Amino acid sequence: MRLESENPLTLSNNGSSRIGFYVCHCGTNIAGVVDVQALAEYAAKLPGVVVSREYKYMCSDPGQELIQQDIKGNRLNRIVVASCSPHLHEQTFRTATAKGGLNPFYFHMVNIREHVSWVHEDRTRATQKAKALVRAAIQRVSFHKPLERKRVPIHPDVLILGGGIAGIHAALTMADAGKHVYLVERDPTIGGHMAKFDKTFPTLDCAACILTPKMSMVRAHPNITLWTYSEVTHVEGYVGNFKVKVKRKPRYIHEELCTGCLACVDACVYKDARYPDEFNLGLGKRKPIYIPFAQATPLVVLIDPETCIQFKSGKCKKTCVEACAERRAIDFEQREETKEIEVGTIILSTGFQVFDAKRIPNYGYGIYPNVYTALEIERLINASGPTAGEVVLRDGRKPQTVGIIHCVGSRDENTNRWCSRVCCMYSLKLAHLLKEHTGAEVYNFYIDIRTPGKGFEEFYDRLLKEGVHFIRGRVAEVTDWAMTPDEEGKLVIRAEDTLAGFVRRVPVDLVVLSVGLEGHADAEDVRRTFNITCSTEGFFLERHPKLAPVDTFTDGIFLAGCCQGPKDIPDTVAQAGAAAAQCMALIDRGYMEIEPNTAWIEEELCSGCHVCIAMCPYTAIHFDAQKKVAVLNEALCKGCGTCVAACPSGAAQQNLFRDEQLFAEVEGVLV
Amino acid sequence: MTTYSYYPGCSLKGTGKAYEESLLAVCGALGVELKELEDWNCCGATAYMAVEELSAFALAGRNLALAEQDPVDLLAPCSACYLVLNKTQRYVAEYPEIRQKVEQALKAAGLTYRGTAKIRHPLDVLVNDIGLKAISGKITKPLRGLRVVPYYGCQIVRPYATFDSQTHPVAMDQLLKATGAEVVKYPLKTRCCGGSQTGTLPEVGLRLAYILLKEAHKRGGDVLATVCPLCQFNLEGYQDKLASEYDDFVPMPVLYFTQLLGLALGLPAKQLGLRRSLVPSEPILARRNLHAA
Repeated sequence: MRLESENPLTLSNNGSSRIGFYVCHCGTNIAGVVDVQALAEYAAKLPGVVVSREYKYMCSDPGQELIQQDIKGNRLNRIVVASCSPHLHEQTFRTATAKGGLNPFYFHMVNIREHVSWVHEDRTRATQKAKALVRAAIQRVSFHKPLERKRVPIHPDVLILGGGIAGIHAALTMADAGKHVYLVERDPTIGGHMAKFDKTFPTLDCAACILTPKMSMVRAHPNITLWTYSEVTHVEGYVGNFKVKVKRKPRYIHEELCTGCLACVDACVYKDARYPDEFNLGLGKRKPIYIPFAQATPLVVLIDPETCIQFKSGKCKKTCVEACAERRAIDFEQREETKEIEVGTIILSTGFQVFDAKRIPNYGYGIYPNVYTALEIERLINASGPTAGEVVLRDGRKPQTVGIIHCVGSRDENTNRWCSRVCCMYSLKLAHLLKEHTGAEVYNFYIDIRTPGKGFEEFYDRLLKEGVHFIRGRVAEVTDWAMTPDEEGKLVIRAEDTLAGFVRRVPVDLVVLSVGLEGHADAEDVRRTFNITCSTEGFFLERHPKLAPVDTFTDGIFLAGCCQGPKDIPDTVAQAGAAAAQCMALIDRGYMEIEPNTAWIEEELCSGCHVCIAMCPYTAIHFDAQKKVAVLNEALCKGCGTCVAACPSGAAQQNLFRDEQLFAEVEGVLV
Repeated sequence: MTTYSYYPGCSLKGTGKAYEESLLAVCGALGVELKELEDWNCCGATAYMAVEELSAFALAGRNLALAEQDPVDLLAPCSACYLVLNKTQRYVAEYPEIRQKVEQALKAAGLTYRGTAKIRHPLDVLVNDIGLKAISGKITKPLRGLRVVPYYGCQIVRPYATFDSQTHPVAMDQLLKATGAEVVKYPLKTRCCGGSQTGTLPEVGLRLAYILLKEAHKRGGDVLATVCPLCQFNLEGYQDKLASEYDDFVPMPVLYFTQLLGLALGLPAKQLGLRRSLVPSEPILARRNLHAA
C-alpha cells in the first residue's frame, strides 16, 4: 500500500464541507512516535479543511473548547480528531461538537494511538500511516449525516446471577433502596465460597458470623426474589428491557411448605450419612435427603435423585414422607420449572473455581492422601466442618509438621500465569490457624509474599513473630521417597531455598496446597448467554480496567466479584456496591440513550429473501409476512453490520457506515 | 500392518543391542513393520550438543532430512536421539539463523530439510498407536507376580512433554500393567540416573544411580524397567562398584520395557537379548515362575 499521495489535492470532496481537524499529542503517548506538527500541516492542505491544529491534550477542557470556538469562529460544519481509541473519548468529542452547535454525528475520530503510536517505533513510517488514516477520516466526514439518539425506558427490576458475597451485597444494597431484585443461584444455598471459610484475613473474624446474617436478610427481604438451585438459560433484549428465562431445578421439596425442621433427614431409611457431601468437598458425608449446611439459605432440604432409593428403584419405604406428615413438603413428582422475567439491568457475580491441584502431579494431590487443598483445610478447621474443627489426617493422626505450598496454579507458565491475589493472605491465615489448632510446626514455601492490603503486612509480621517458618523457593515436588530415617512415613517437600542457596528436603505430616483462583469451567457458556466478553484467562472482561471496572461492553450488564478477576472479600464487596450503584443510576434516570449507528432496511429494495434474519446475531430483524419484507428493531440492533454485508439487494444499510462514507474512507487510505 | 521408519542410533547397535533385538521382536509380534533409515548418522547427542551445538543440529538435521523422504513416522527408541531430533526440529523452526545454517550444510550434501518428519518414541507408538487393548489381547505369558519398577529417565518427557506428563508420566505404567506385571509406585521415575556424569564425575553419577536402585529395592521391586539405553547402561553397568561402595546395596536387573513386553508376548529369551544382561534376570524370573521360552 502506498501511504503518501503525490498530490493529495486531487481527493474528492462534496464541496460544501468546512472541516476542523485536531491532532492530540496525548502527552508523549502519540507525539513521542508521530510527528504531530507535520500531521497538522499535512491535514491543513486537504480539501475542505478550514482549521488544522495540534494540541497537547484534546480531551482536556481547553482542548474541547478549541473545537467549540472554532465551530463558531470559522463556521465549521465537520470535526475530525486524531487521538486515542473511540472507546475512550468519542463521547467526549461528540459532546464538544454538540456544544459548539453542530449535530454530534458530524464528528469523526481517528485512532492514532492504539493503531499507530503504541504499535510502531519508526517515526517516519508511523507518521505516514497516521496521515493516511487522517486523510481517510477527512474524506469520510464530508458524507456524514445528522443523526438522533433514541431513548429506551429502563425496567426497574434487576437480575443478579450468583449468590456469593458479591451477589448478596449487591442484592441487599438495591433492595434496601427499594428496587426489586431477582437473585438467582445455581447451588441449593446462597453463601458461595465465603460460607465455606473458617476465619477471614487479616482480622480473623469468623466468616459465618459476618456472612450468615446477610444471608438471612436476603431470604427475608420483601424486595428480593431468591431462586436457588436455578440457572439462567436464555437472555434476550437489550439494556432496560431484558427478557430472561430461569430454569428452577427440582429439589423434590416444595420450598414454601418446608420449615427446615430436618425431621425427614433424620427419618431417612439410611441411618448413616454415606454419600460425599458437596459443601465439605467430599470430606464429610450426607444422606440422599439433606441440607448443604446448618445455615443454608433457604433452609430447605433437597433430595439427590442419584442416591435416593425411591428414585433408583421406586421401592423405598419413604420414611421421609411419613416424617413430614401433614406438611406434605416432599414431592417425588416435582418437575423442572421455567420462570420468565423482565429486568432492566443485570449483575453477574458468578464467582470463581479453585485450581484443580491434580494438574500439577508432582505436588501429589490425589496421589498422597495427606496432601490437601487450602479449601479443604478451611473445612477441616471449621467448627461446623466434617471433623467439628479438629485438624486430623486421613488416618486420624494429628499433624506435627505442616508444609504450605504457595502459588499452586498461580504465577506458573505451565498452568495459570496470573497471581491469584488472595493466596498469600489465606496461606498466612491457615498457617496461624493450623498452629493454633494443632501446635504443629508450619513451613510456608513461597515465591514472594504479597500482602498489599489494609493490615495485611502487619498480619505477616505477626506470623513471623509466632514462629511460622518461611522458605523462599518454588517447590519442586512432594514425595514419599525417604532418604533418612526421620523422613520415613512422612511427605517430603523438596524445594530450592533461594535465600540460603541450597536444596531443602522438609519432611511433614500434612501438605496444604494454596490453589489459585480461575474462571468457572463454564464461564464461556455464561458469556455467550449474556453476550459479554471474556478475557483469555476465563474471567469476564470489564469495559475499562480503571474507569469502568464494573461495566461490561454490553450496556446494562455489570460485573461484581471474582468472575471479573481474583479478589478478596473487601474488594468484592466494594465492587458489588459499585455495580449496584451503576444499576440504580440507570433505573433512577429511567431511560437510556442508544447509539444511532444502527442498520435499517429500505423496504422498496428488500426482496424478502430472509438472509439477514438468519445472519443477525442479536435477533433484531424479523419478517413482515404481509409486506413480505424484513423489518429491523433499532433497539435490538448493535450495529455490527452483518446484515448490511449479507444483503444481496443492498436493502440493508447502516448509519455511520453508509456506502458513500465507506467508499470515501477507503479512497482516502488508498490515494 | 503399520509401518515406521526406524532410526536406531549408535546405542541400539552397540551397548543397547538387547533393546534393538527386543524392539524388533516385539514389533514383529504386534504386526509393526520397521524400515531402518538408510545411511543414517550420529544423532548429535551428548558431548556434541554440549560442545558444538550447531554441528549437532546439522547432524540431526541430516537424519531428519533423510527421514522426510518417506511420509511414515520416524521411530527413535533411544531417549537421547529422541530428544536431540525433537530439539533440532523445534530450534530450526523457531530460529531463522539456525535454520539458515542447517539448510546450508544439508544443501552441500544434496539434501533439503522441510521439518515435516514426525518423531516418535516406541513407548508412544505402542500405547497410543497400537493401543493397550490390542496389546493385552496378545499377551500369552502374563508377568503375574513380577514387581516391576517403571523408570522413565529425564529425556523422554523433558523438556518436551510430547506424549506424556513432564513430571509424572504414566504410559509405561499402563503398558506394564497390560503385561500382567505388578507395577511399583515409584516417585523417582523421572529423576536423573547419573547419565554421563558417571564417566566424568563418578562420585556424583554413582550416587545418583545408587539412590534410584536403592529406592526401587526398598519398594519391593524385582526388576527395573527402562526406556533408554543410557539409563539402562548406567544403572546396570556399575552395580558391582555400587555393591562395593554401599553396604546396603542390593543388585537388581535393569531391563528394557520391550524385553518385559516380549516375555509377556511369549517371545523366546534369545530374541529378546535377555542373555546380554550384566545383572541376570533369569533368577528372579524363575522365582516368580516366569521362565522365558
